Amino acid sequence: MANLDELIQKVLNVKDKLSLQNLKSELLGKNSQINQEFKKLGSLSEEERKAKASNLNTQKKKITETIDNKFKELEKLEINQKLKKDIVDVTLPARERPNGKIHPVSQVIDEISSIFSEIGFSVAEGPDVETEYNNFTALNTPEDHPARDMHDTFYLDDNKKNLLRTHTSPVQIRAMLSGKPPFKIIVPGRTYRCDSDQTHAPMFHQLEGLHIDKDINMGHLKGCLDYFIKEFFEVKKIQMRFRPSHFPFTEPSAEVDIGYRLENGRIIVGEGDKWLEILGCGMVHPNVLKNAKVDSNKFQGFAFGMGIDRLAMLKYGINDLRSFFEADYRWLNYFGFDPLDVPTNYRGLSR
Amino acid sequence: MIITLSWLKNHLNSNVNLTKIIDKLTGIGLEVEGVKESQSELSDFKVAKVLRAEKHPNADKLKLCEVSLGDGKVIKVVCGASNARNGLISVYAPPGSVIPKTKMKLKIAKIRGVESYGMLCSESELNISNESDGIIELKNREKDVGKNYFKNKKEKSIDLSITPNRPDCLGVRGIARDLASAGLGKLSDLKKTKIKQSFSQPINISIIKEKNQGCLSFGACYIKNIKNKESPEWLKEKIISLGLKPISAVVDITNFVMFDLNRPLHAYDADKIDKEIIVRNSKPGESFEALDGKKYTMKNSMCVISDKSGPLGLGGIIGGTRSGTEFETKNILLESAYFHPASVRKTGSILDIDTDAKYRFERGIDPNSVKEGLEAATNLIIKICGGEASKFSIAGKTQVKNRTIQVDNNKFRKIVGIPITSNEIKKILNSLGFKIKKSKNYFKVEIPTWRPDIHQDVDIIEELIRIKGFDKISLIHPERIRSKETLSFKQKLFHLAQRAVANKGYLEAVTWSFTDSSIDKLFAQGKQEIEIANPISTDLNVLRRSIFSNLIIYLKKNQDRGYLDLSLFEIGPIFFGNKPGEQQIVLGGLKSGVINRKSWDSKARNIDVFDVKADTVRTLIELGIEEEDLFISNKSQDYYNPGKSGSVSFKSEHGPKLGFFGEIHPAIASNLDLKEKNVCGIEIFLKNIPEPKKKYRLTKKNYSVSEFQKSERDFAFVINKNYKAGEIKKIISEVDKGLIKKVLIFDVFEGGNLPEGKKSIAVNVTIQSMDKTLSEKDINEVSQKIVNSVKNKTGATLRS
Repeated sequence: MANLDELIQKVLNVKDKLSLQNLKSELLGKNSQINQEFKKLGSLSEEERKAKASNLNTQKKKITETIDNKFKELEKLEINQKLKKDIVDVTLPARERPNGKIHPVSQVIDEISSIFSEIGFSVAEGPDVETEYNNFTALNTPEDHPARDMHDTFYLDDNKKNLLRTHTSPVQIRAMLSGKPPFKIIVPGRTYRCDSDQTHAPMFHQLEGLHIDKDINMGHLKGCLDYFIKEFFEVKKIQMRFRPSHFPFTEPSAEVDIGYRLENGRIIVGEGDKWLEILGCGMVHPNVLKNAKVDSNKFQGFAFGMGIDRLAMLKYGINDLRSFFEADYRWLNYFGFDPLDVPTNYRGLSR
Repeated sequence: MIITLSWLKNHLNSNVNLTKIIDKLTGIGLEVEGVKESQSELSDFKVAKVLRAEKHPNADKLKLCEVSLGDGKVIKVVCGASNARNGLISVYAPPGSVIPKTKMKLKIAKIRGVESYGMLCSESELNISNESDGIIELKNREKDVGKNYFKNKKEKSIDLSITPNRPDCLGVRGIARDLASAGLGKLSDLKKTKIKQSFSQPINISIIKEKNQGCLSFGACYIKNIKNKESPEWLKEKIISLGLKPISAVVDITNFVMFDLNRPLHAYDADKIDKEIIVRNSKPGESFEALDGKKYTMKNSMCVISDKSGPLGLGGIIGGTRSGTEFETKNILLESAYFHPASVRKTGSILDIDTDAKYRFERGIDPNSVKEGLEAATNLIIKICGGEASKFSIAGKTQVKNRTIQVDNNKFRKIVGIPITSNEIKKILNSLGFKIKKSKNYFKVEIPTWRPDIHQDVDIIEELIRIKGFDKISLIHPERIRSKETLSFKQKLFHLAQRAVANKGYLEAVTWSFTDSSIDKLFAQGKQEIEIANPISTDLNVLRRSIFSNLIIYLKKNQDRGYLDLSLFEIGPIFFGNKPGEQQIVLGGLKSGVINRKSWDSKARNIDVFDVKADTVRTLIELGIEEEDLFISNKSQDYYNPGKSGSVSFKSEHGPKLGFFGEIHPAIASNLDLKEKNVCGIEIFLKNIPEPKKKYRLTKKNYSVSEFQKSERDFAFVINKNYKAGEIKKIISEVDKGLIKKVLIFDVFEGGNLPEGKKSIAVNVTIQSMDKTLSEKDINEVSQKIVNSVKNKTGATLRS
């Protein structure tokens, strides 16, 4: 039998997998020298046989191991060679994945709902088409009241009975008529006024709030709005000013301004020497409670209303109200929110 | 309402400065909209004389004027006004001056080939009235030529936004009263001068007693032998500070008293009144020419002031030219009346007139100020124009009683949340003109007649906290307790659907609830149109009946900007009637264009019905419906391509309609001339999505998976061409629900060697048992059942 070392060397010298395969059958196959040697074992004495067999097994194992290792080595070499030829340009564009967006108004409504949820408000809704009674009369704004001039109303019939709601306040009436106090609701929704220029759109969004219970007073109103404004603008300190005003459906009535300053033409909400009006509010007028079948001797509370689009503009630096409703792909992409960016109480309003 | 500090100080004894006053005004609910330097930049405007006005050589409608400022020089000005004529005294703006209305700086400009040095101005251009018809005509001002038109006195004017409940603050005195109450000085007493009144008012005045009579009382004073003239400077200044134009002493005085005391007045040329004054309801068709130069024709029951010959004016709104005062007027009748707010408002809105008097009467004038107004104006007229005044006559009600209301002592604390002392209450209310009487548990308040807004106890509470200061209210932090769910099931669906669809690559749009009827009808399925009675424009004239009406308009606009591959969606109301509640929430999406446009490695393909089917089905599953409960049919709506669209309903064809999907009808794409005509849409109707039983939502079905070997078998069926793949899938699934885990249709083709009218459908079926490894025999049995079932139910054959 050839010298083991020579055989090993022979294996190590092989350059490709096919040759190795051939060499493997030559060295270990049926007709291989080592196999012949094994066959001869039978003719040997017990003692010699044992010694020889052990020797042969060792040799066979050694050769097998070497071949296996060599095989792995050649395989690796082959793959590496193949990979060298198979290279892509990873700077080519990735496959497109469509990216949708949530409109800023929707995002802000979700933020607002999340904030008010924390202090126990639930979300109520009402129809976009309202009766003249719910939109005005029930809200203590009888016909011929000059306050109606403040609302340029879209009517759906010539006798002015059905209209597009000019504010979300009629939902107060609906909510109170359909339940029993206490009431603690917010109402985000579409509202309409036939008024259209740079700063007015014929449709916009309002948020109504209503809290009626036994002892809800103006201090609660102040606290509620203070909480909301700080949470919404995500600032710890914010200057807030309540000014007397007039709405037929609240008494006393107030408008609320927040402080701001201008920095490089952008509005920075919080502190500063300027005031920005952001909402109207007040204690629900006893006449409104009466119209909504709530006993004003037992129950009282506050209501507020604010423009959602305007809040979105302030928070996210959007300048033009009309662009909200023009569905410009570029605008929606720029100001829209990732659908995964869901405002929550525990994770925070914005990412 | 515009006020100046000096005018305010006629009524307010105070030495506080403007800044303090502005802060306080806002603090007590009289919102300051702006403060402007009155007239300082207006010194450029000169009184000028037009020496000659000739036709412009190159333009028929223009004139070439030679203008003099009295210094011997001649200025050439091109002017378009028809009243530019020789000898006219007007107002000249030189190059470099800024026109108040347009804020434009004048330059020397060539107009139709002729250089024009500045311009001659209309009142509207100088912001002193809305009169834009022709240039200003100044009478008897020859001596002023070359002088400043505006008296250059620097005083700031404060522009206040007075809420409709506070008519009393539409007069300077009312504002002064509020400021005094808030601690900024003392309200001065009205000066009373004894007027010599030697004769009775000679003109008979009657208020006809009839239904809807708009006049409660009509006070009058006859002043004879006056000499009407231009107002003295102090009065002119006041009038100009209000943004009005001085006319004559008599007219300016009535305006002054209106803005000073919130007491509208009217002066008639008494010699032009035919015998007597009758205050009555109008007869339909009656007409008169008003002082604004327009002719008004009355309807029924409008309050007119008339004489024997007919209407002289509309009560509380506007007077007529027939009885108007002029510089030549000798004898006047001064009117101080009370007209009912609703009557004035109704007439004003029907005839579309808005005047300062109407604005005040419809909000409510002090009915007891009739005499006060006559006194103030008569006094000034006699002082300025001379003459003799009659005694005052008052027809109708002479005095209105003060109303009283009762306020519980605890009411303030209950509403506002903080205490107030009796002294504070007394001080505030007295200074506002209320009288107060205290009892043990309540106090009684007598309301001044100039406060028509005060009706009940909360109105008094508002007065108290308004003057005390809203900043005194202490803030109560909200409790963080939630006793009710924030969102209802439907509201949660809304939010979920919104984000589910956005997550599939659609951009959310918010569009108007109204739309263009010509587009809306394309998607209306023949439903009744819902018109808006007063649309903002003709292309936003109906409430939308489909979510696609606006979406497709904006899809087109985006395409026109060059963006062809688009995915837009909106979730919002569509309408099916013009009454409350006749609406539903729909989610609609539109996709246009191709997938993989200009891709380096993938083949571009049109977006098609299966893309939108995937979006629809996937979204419905995300909204909580089991896939097996989605019944897909090929019946959709008119506005989809009939061969490439479908519907999804709950459980069966006749179950609640959950949505539609498909290619938008090519006729619509071509009708709208879309740049990219390949458009597909989805619609999901939230109201039809069933609310799962609560328990079912919280606990899932038992978790069970098989540990045994699964097998797959492929079948190819030859079947009638119009047979639906979905039905075969259903038939196979139902052969053995225990063993058949999954049915996948992986190939469909027609033609080749298949017979005419047939197609081949290849199905891959996964078979697996929960309790053993299936033998070849078991599997063959199931396979045979599948083949038999399909054959029997559809007439299909197994493809060999």
